[in-house]
Amino acid sequence: MTTWRGAVGVPAARVEGPAKVSGRAGYAYDRPVADPAYAFPVQATIARGRVVSIDSAAAAAVEGVLAVVTHRDAARLADTEDAELAVLQSDAVGFRGQFVGVVIAETPQAARHAAGLVRVEYEQRPHDTELRADRPGLYAPEQVNGGFVTDTDEGDVDTALEAAAVSVDRVYTTPMEFNNPMEPHSSVAVWDPGEWDAGGGFAEDARLTLFDSTQGPHVVRSTLARVFGLPPERVRVISPYVGGGFGSKGMPHAHNVLAVVAARAVPGRPVKLALTRQQMFALAGHRTPTIQRVRLGAGEDGRLTAVAHEVVEHTSAIKEFAEQTAVGARMMYAAPNRRTSHRLAVLDVPVPSWMRAPGEAPGFFALEVAMDELAQACGLDPIELRARNDPEVDPESGRPWSGRHLVRCLREGAVRFGWAERTAPGTRLVGRELVGLGVAASTYPYYRFPGSRAVVAYEGGGRYTVRIGAADIGTGAWTALTQIAADALGCPLRAVRVEIGDSDLPAATVAGGSSGTTSWGSAVVAACRAFRHVYGEQPPAGAEAGADMPDDPDVERFAMHSFGAQFAEVRVDADTGEVRVSRMLGVFSVGRVVNPRTARSQFIGGMTMGLSMALHERGVLDHRTGHVINHDFAEYHIATHADVVDVDAVWLDEEDVHTGPLGARGIGEIGIVGAPAAIANAVHNATGVRVRDLPITPDVLLR
Amino acid sequence: MDARITLRVDGRVRPVALDTRTTLLDALRDHLSVTSPKKGCDHGQCGACTVLLDGRRVVSCLILAVACDGAEVTTAQGLAEEGEPHPVQRAFLEEDAFQCGFCTPGQVCSAVGMLEEVKAGHPSDATDDLTGPVTLDDEEIRERLSGNLCRCGAYVNIVAALREEAES
Repeated sequence: MTTWRGAVGVPAARVEGPAKVSGRAGYAYDRPVADPAYAFPVQATIARGRVVSIDSAAAAAVEGVLAVVTHRDAARLADTEDAELAVLQSDAVGFRGQFVGVVIAETPQAARHAAGLVRVEYEQRPHDTELRADRPGLYAPEQVNGGFVTDTDEGDVDTALEAAAVSVDRVYTTPMEFNNPMEPHSSVAVWDPGEWDAGGGFAEDARLTLFDSTQGPHVVRSTLARVFGLPPERVRVISPYVGGGFGSKGMPHAHNVLAVVAARAVPGRPVKLALTRQQMFALAGHRTPTIQRVRLGAGEDGRLTAVAHEVVEHTSAIKEFAEQTAVGARMMYAAPNRRTSHRLAVLDVPVPSWMRAPGEAPGFFALEVAMDELAQACGLDPIELRARNDPEVDPESGRPWSGRHLVRCLREGAVRFGWAERTAPGTRLVGRELVGLGVAASTYPYYRFPGSRAVVAYEGGGRYTVRIGAADIGTGAWTALTQIAADALGCPLRAVRVEIGDSDLPAATVAGGSSGTTSWGSAVVAACRAFRHVYGEQPPAGAEAGADMPDDPDVERFAMHSFGAQFAEVRVDADTGEVRVSRMLGVFSVGRVVNPRTARSQFIGGMTMGLSMALHERGVLDHRTGHVINHDFAEYHIATHADVVDVDAVWLDEEDVHTGPLGARGIGEIGIVGAPAAIANAVHNATGVRVRDLPITPDVLLR
Repeated sequence: MDARITLRVDGRVRPVALDTRTTLLDALRDHLSVTSPKKGCDHGQCGACTVLLDGRRVVSCLILAVACDGAEVTTAQGLAEEGEPHPVQRAFLEEDAFQCGFCTPGQVCSAVGMLEEVKAGHPSDATDDLTGPVTLDDEEIRERLSGNLCRCGAYVNIVAALREEAES
């Protein structure tokens, strides 16, 4: 057993902090490469159909243009099974904004100008981009994201709902949402020596280096190796600094392939490609809109007898992504009768993908507003309602919890937040502002993904280097891993240097599912133990040892989830309906917190994104064109300084003895879960108006 | 069409020939390898490219490089003198006022420019008294920095960092 001797649990400053505040940190596009060329994509202007002709003469004639590549002359890919990544392989168009060509030029200005001169003619076919719950052709996917079953049905939901003394039956919706990390998706592709043989295959020594912005260098490497038919050891992905991701950089998207295809077209030249903010709305993933029907049945005392959560959402015609929106309802509350389902509409839309807390983020807007409605219907305090329905074991698996402290979080938060001041809906007018308080529960599963390895080396002079191909996308993982290694080696924090962000480092799983610190951290602990086992406390310089992440047998025996309570105070302008969130507090139960400083930032960052989801974010598709019309920050609003007044987070002091050596469960996503519901519930408390559709805009409060 | 201009970037004289369509941001990043200012939107909507141009904050993606001939450009990198962080940068480190770090150089430049504006008595939308000196409270900080987006949601820590700065 590792003793946590003083580095883990300490609010250490970020190891890369000085590089970030000074701007010295080099993100993907910032990396200096010799003699770069610049790529700018040509995008489809129809949502469905095929390209019938391309006139690139005018583009090719622009001074400085090196190549114009379309499906007619792009390199053939070795693996086109993933249609999102089968870039420029056919004339088919599956959504508006899809790549139909790329211009490579000496300057970004020339590339962009020339891309605008490429004339593409299409044979347009009817398209459909509108999600409706009553549309024909909805289907049940084989499984939903995360590998969860699509539908569950326990007990007899219909009978229980009919017999329920109190019930709620409502439809909640969330719009299409976009991750929008501040750093646009960027790739710099370098072929070395960059030669293809005459048969169209690669020279024996061809190597690809990609400076990329990714949550998983190893994931990008293995995917691109497969797509281009290269052995993985001849592909290297370097990504030490990542300007946010929130899921959208968790897997390669089409731009990664396009950058490599473009570099293939200009042998000897590295190619830089950065998506524009506008292009990201079609090409970097998004969260599906959701239509969620929630039905709750309860006795007069608020004890749930039935929970049904049925979701309709979209996927793209070219690639399926099924968000697991109703999965949280399977384990959240003690109801003997439970039903969940997911149905998808196949639409001619960009490819949906991961966005912070896929499933839980939209799902807990619906479930937790419904719980607030049930509390109101039962005449119960919303915290008391949740306490009465807190299950002793996981309702779905029957397994004991590794640690479920939701009710403690709620009660602790109630005291800290001043919950007792809450009055009846629409009764607290301060000046011309209606003030209200709201609460919601949150949860997120414990994920620890297998496949990570760490290596420890002793450099002499008391200094150690720990190598693991992990990613710090702003999470603080770089610092947390340094702390974990220091304690596992029994040396001071400053004696350890951790190297991450490079696929030449030992394999590491994706920075996703709030799994990074637990997955990579367990590998680091195992490597440090292996190192001490072999070399003891007095290693020779150059000593090295590594270990894979060990299995965790408790995963099969316990239900492992983090929990939290989200509180919000809103002030609604009685004349304009403008909503201001004046206070938010999150109380979380996440196992051990490795670094309180970066953890707090993660929590409040998630809650801030939840505030943004509650009040601002809505992607608008023009169904005539299939175009996301509000594709920039002027029209797709995300929260800014003026929107965020007082957001704080605290957590229970605990460890989860079932989650491996760290006793931690992951913290990156739970902050967003439940935050929009807490705000919507506060808006109801302030105004008496129940809002079931996000975002909450002034117009709905003035009706 | 190309033009020859000279910029003074972080204290160094940098002559450069560039396409007249080149923004100051692209001139810095693509021509001069000064990558501290970031391109988050290229439309003046996110603030990641904020630099100080002759001492005043600007979004460098909205100004053409040829319009800056002879100007003094200070980036976040230039604010750190000989490796020593600027007081605002130190406050950012102390308050963990960033996560991914991509918007950070712009936030820092914007904050430094903003503090100067306050010192000069420039009012903002949050200022009640348009004639007197400005008291830099939290509301003022939030209003004045709202042109700098942070998707990681470090806003409350940025305000805390600048509150310290305002008090010192």
